[in-house]
Amino acid sequence: MRQVNKPKIAFFDFAGCEGCQLTVIDSLQRHPNLLDAVEIVQFREAMSEKSDEYQIAFVEGSCTRTKDELRLKSIRKKAKYVIALGACAHLGGVNALRNWQSQEEVERYVYGAVSINHDPYPGAPIESVIPIDGFIPGCPIDREEFISCVTALLQGRRLPIPDYPVCVECKLRENVCVFNYGKSCLGPITRAGCGAICPSFGVGCDGCRGKTSSANIEGMKIALAEHGFDKHEYLSKIKLFQSYQISPNKRDTYGYQKPE
Amino acid sequence: MDIRNRNNIHIDLHHLTRVEGHGNIVINMNNGNLEKCDLEIVEAPRFFEAMLRGLEYGQASHLASRICGICAVTHATASLCAVENALGVHISPQTKLLRLLNLYGELLDSHILHVYMLVAPDYYGIGSVIPLAKSAPEVLLRSLRIKSLAGEICAVVCGRHTHPIKMVVGGFAQSPTTEQLINLKEKLLDIRNDIDETVELFQSFTLPVFERDTEYIALRDNHSYCLIGGNITSTDCESWSLAKYREIIREFKVAHSTAKHAQYKQNPYMVGALARFNINHDRLHIRAKSAANALGLYPKCTNPYMNTIAQVVEVVQFVEEAILTIEHLLEKGLNPEVPAMPSRSSGEGVGACEAPRGSLFHNYVIKNGFLTDANCVIPTAQNLANIEEDMRTYVPSIMDLPQAEITHRIEMLIRAYDPCISCAAHSMEVRFV
Repeated sequence: MRQVNKPKIAFFDFAGCEGCQLTVIDSLQRHPNLLDAVEIVQFREAMSEKSDEYQIAFVEGSCTRTKDELRLKSIRKKAKYVIALGACAHLGGVNALRNWQSQEEVERYVYGAVSINHDPYPGAPIESVIPIDGFIPGCPIDREEFISCVTALLQGRRLPIPDYPVCVECKLRENVCVFNYGKSCLGPITRAGCGAICPSFGVGCDGCRGKTSSANIEGMKIALAEHGFDKHEYLSKIKLFQSYQISPNKRDTYGYQKPE
Repeated sequence: MDIRNRNNIHIDLHHLTRVEGHGNIVINMNNGNLEKCDLEIVEAPRFFEAMLRGLEYGQASHLASRICGICAVTHATASLCAVENALGVHISPQTKLLRLLNLYGELLDSHILHVYMLVAPDYYGIGSVIPLAKSAPEVLLRSLRIKSLAGEICAVVCGRHTHPIKMVVGGFAQSPTTEQLINLKEKLLDIRNDIDETVELFQSFTLPVFERDTEYIALRDNHSYCLIGGNITSTDCESWSLAKYREIIREFKVAHSTAKHAQYKQNPYMVGALARFNINHDRLHIRAKSAANALGLYPKCTNPYMNTIAQVVEVVQFVEEAILTIEHLLEKGLNPEVPAMPSRSSGEGVGACEAPRGSLFHNYVIKNGFLTDANCVIPTAQNLANIEEDMRTYVPSIMDLPQAEITHRIEMLIRAYDPCISCAAHSMEVRFV
């Protein structure tokens, strides 16, 4: 079934590994009928054609340069909906891990004394620059969640992103809690929707989907202490994906900053 | 732009498409002098080496896989090997086999994505793989079948291709089940027909002819088509242990790229499928050897466009190797193993793997369980200097062609290397200025 005016979708990538775009390609392979409902007008990784007319913009990757800010603002102007795709765009993700060190030190360590002339600054979520209409969390995104979010957008519904913790999904899968195996896990405070994929494979949650709105961080720290982890465990776990939220060194031009 | 004046060529292609990451091509020829011929890398620099510092050793592979969505498994494997070598962890034969199987899955996935979805559109004269859905649906569906099976191999072994979950220092957090492996083997046997048709498809394409001899570098061991460990080996017949990688490979910064460049003995060199073929062709499975013959790929091949063909040969190789590896695992019987533990808390180690795009090195210094130094040498970064050397040799020889055709040939040349700029720093654009 073909529609005359199919919604136009564009994908943009900033600092990131492009794993979320690859997951999108993977999702589309499993749901090729989605391609009948939308028109993809920009997807640099997969196609040469491009158009600047689009209603829905999916943005992957963190904002790490002044020129990224300009590009984000131009996307914001053109798109009716801007959706952050994955942890880098949504949270700042692993790109913010370097925010604990000064930018000068980071550059010196990786590139030596040579100036790299690319004005990088501490990694930040796209919401630190422009308002967004929603996010699809995770590192990487969950391919089924991506499909259900696109479907919701097309139907004018709210994105179906859960606001309860990973523990709920983990219990529904009848997993033995990884704490019982002596591993630490951020499941109690992390947003579900991934099907508790890491704990299901016997690995503690790293919190890549961000916190639920009612996350009890003090309770999380107490649980870690009760299971014999030292006081640094929370920071050492949470900083992998949520350094932007907790490190002192951050850049925010739009007003996203929500202190923990 | 005046295309009749062959002494002046100005190309400025912004954001090269169908590659992983952002790059620009800038070519400037005035009065017959090639003044500029750069592959600019404009991807945002990502500073992974600085971010690895300070991590607890068990977290390093989780961060390392995030360097790249497409070679996540290879980064995780190289990272784990570096940690294990630093801390004296001895992994089991089962872990070794599972890691290899995992890499076969990843290299298959990446090669199929590259040869079908990124390169094939050039030979069909289309801008992306999407029109194939109508004009040649069987080709698209075939590529999707192989890709989906490749993803399934990784899902069985490590939970998910991007980003792996079950891989941990010393082994796996969870082993696959016998049923899963039997099921995979059956699917791999069934996919052989699709693999044969893939070889036939690439036999039907005519690749540009461009020869330039260079140094080829890949890992080599004494028994296999090496993907993990081994020695650093060059087509000069020289060989070095992994620990000497810094003496062999010199990384340096150039102004037009956020990815570092690399040299071997002051010269550019090539890594990747073609390099592996040139160095390890004697280790190919009989089916892969006959595919190479059918595709006209013979060692030592010096046409960089043939890297795509070497990838097709490796597709055959990895399907066969995956079948043999599963048979081997099933013969020995799968054990629910506990990951091996470190024997010390400090040390330095190098881990090396063959990523889809070539040799990858991770080198960590660990003190009391935490990383204090990290260095990662990425395949695409190693290839950048060689790509530019190719461009400088090739452009003057094709300057009689229309400018659009020159641009297209150069784009195809760069694409043949399958650059992964996200990895190397990260973007491509061609600028003939």
